Amino acid sequence: MSEIDVRLVDVVKRFGDSNAVDHITLDVNDGEFFSLLGPSGCGKTTTLRMIGGFEQPTSGLIELQGQDVTWLPSYKRNVNTVFQSYALFPHLTIEENVAFGLRRRGVKDAEVKSRVTDMLRLVELPGFEKRKPNQISGGQAQRVALARALINRPAVLLLDEPLGALDLKLRKQMQVELKRIQREVGITFIYVTHDQEEAMTMSDRIAVMNRGKYEQLGNPESLYERPQTRFVAGFLGVSNLLAGTVDGTADGYALVKLADDTRLRIPAALADGNTQIEVGIRPEKVRMNTPTDAIPAAANQLDGTVTDVSYVGVSTQYIVDSKSGIPMTIYEQNIERTTNGSLYRQGDAVRLSWMPEHTFVVGSAPTTAPGD
Amino acid sequence: MTAVSQPLNPTAAATTRRPPRRFLHALDHWFLPGFTVVAIGYLLVPIVVMIIFSFNDYQGKFNFVWHGFTLQGWFHPFDWPGLPDAIKTSLFIAFLSTIGSTILGTFIGLALTRYSFKGRGAINGLIFLPMATPEIVMGSSLLTLFVNSGLQGGMLNGIVPKGVLFPLGFTTILIAHIMFNISYVVVTVKARIAGFDRRLEEAAMDLGADELTTFWKVTFPLIFPGVLAAALLAFSLSIDDFIITSFVSGTTNTFPIWAYSIIKNALPVQINVVGSMVFLGAVLIVGLSNIRQARGNRA
Repeated sequence: MSEIDVRLVDVVKRFGDSNAVDHITLDVNDGEFFSLLGPSGCGKTTTLRMIGGFEQPTSGLIELQGQDVTWLPSYKRNVNTVFQSYALFPHLTIEENVAFGLRRRGVKDAEVKSRVTDMLRLVELPGFEKRKPNQISGGQAQRVALARALINRPAVLLLDEPLGALDLKLRKQMQVELKRIQREVGITFIYVTHDQEEAMTMSDRIAVMNRGKYEQLGNPESLYERPQTRFVAGFLGVSNLLAGTVDGTADGYALVKLADDTRLRIPAALADGNTQIEVGIRPEKVRMNTPTDAIPAAANQLDGTVTDVSYVGVSTQYIVDSKSGIPMTIYEQNIERTTNGSLYRQGDAVRLSWMPEHTFVVGSAPTTAPGD
Repeated sequence: MTAVSQPLNPTAAATTRRPPRRFLHALDHWFLPGFTVVAIGYLLVPIVVMIIFSFNDYQGKFNFVWHGFTLQGWFHPFDWPGLPDAIKTSLFIAFLSTIGSTILGTFIGLALTRYSFKGRGAINGLIFLPMATPEIVMGSSLLTLFVNSGLQGGMLNGIVPKGVLFPLGFTTILIAHIMFNISYVVVTVKARIAGFDRRLEEAAMDLGADELTTFWKVTFPLIFPGVLAAALLAFSLSIDDFIITSFVSGTTNTFPIWAYSIIKNALPVQINVVGSMVFLGAVLIVGLSNIRQARGNRA
């Protein structure tokens, strides 16, 4: 059903003697909102620039809707880009900026005019035709850049951190806006960002990149719930990682022995024949108990001392020094304890508990196979 | 408690005693403006004198002594043997050398800022050499070069077709002027391109413009102010040049060469008139480009 719009096969880009992009193989489906997520210098922008035609790969193949475009200049590719700095032409009006692509294709005046009007309406900037780029705000410039790219009805729209220069409130607003526009026009979006929340909010699928490769690819939920590498677990949200040795089974669970001989249960399938593993648990999935509270038999338990408490409104964040020597972060929703005034305080002895089903396991090396 | 109220810098207490306000006031309101007027006057006096003496009803051959106001000079600005031809030659050479040097210099400037290639640093340095070389050295060396192409047995004889570089004349002046102008154009244009955002060109290509369209629709309009400034500079350098021109002009007269040749026997008011015209023309062009730029910024 879903056709492949963009295909990267074993793409490498070398700058000097380092690989900015290191053997990436990737399929992006038609109509998908696809994000390349990673820290700066991970190769995400270089990957995008190769798809856009601004860089040539050192080796590998780039296909656009089945056509090999690896060596085509950007003006011969049916893709358009929204640049991080917007790159609006300062000497042209907003109308001329948006019409730039249509003019190059020799579209008739009347059609250009009506399409520009339509497009400015889509990005909610009607009546801005005669202004110059230095007469509009950053958020408006961002919309103009989007309109200028979308008006050409490209097969794929590339967005290079388009919201990076906006303030937080406008960013949130534009995230929703971008998603709406993407649904409305039905064009494949490839979105580059270092902001994990932004990527999770908008994307159908995300490739989490690190050092020129992607470590894991999947939808936001699978990346968050089942990160497969240490890097992904740390880059998307907060993770508690407990290193241990697989040591037997019990009740259908695999047992993991921590440094202090505490034994944790994990679903047997996660152990997957490894001996040295790291067990991960998200902060919101850990329960805080007093040492005397009753805890379900199947749950994992870990004693510790509260070392830090931050009240952040919707939740309270605790740092607990666990008995195994690893500091654990826990988020607890502010429901009972705030109303009856029993928030834990620094120095309190607590017993942490969580269900084995909520854990994930990361290998220390990338374990991802290409594709989803 | 006392430590808090003490100034952070122990010497600050000593230096807080200000000079009397009166003195500062006088400095601000009289000394600095006065100094400025003197400095600018120093710059402008020669020009003012030239303009005033273009209205002199002078007697004899030399326009040195004020005899009374007349518009005769301005009614007959070119009325002196050889003057019309010299002005025509000067304007023609200035015009052609401006076009030639602006085109060449702009592309050199683009290449030097755009591409990294072997020897770019060296070329960046070499560009300054013609500006740093004394004009008299360049003039004599150009003369040697040109003569060598014409003389029987000369170094370049037979390489350059006869009649191009020798005998000296219009062509050799033009070649010399383009040559020394290129450096100034490159430096001026480079300053403008340095602030140019390459992503604008990528954006143009992304929107379907090929290299040539990108240059004419995006690059050139954006660097145009720099190119225009470079062209104006080249024009004024060319129309003004004396030293190099005097070496390579042969029997052809430009306005400065003509003025110098005549000045031993006479100083006609026409020299002041034409000089004033060139000055006013330059002021007009600079004024227009300023107005244009102010408009562009507002629009």
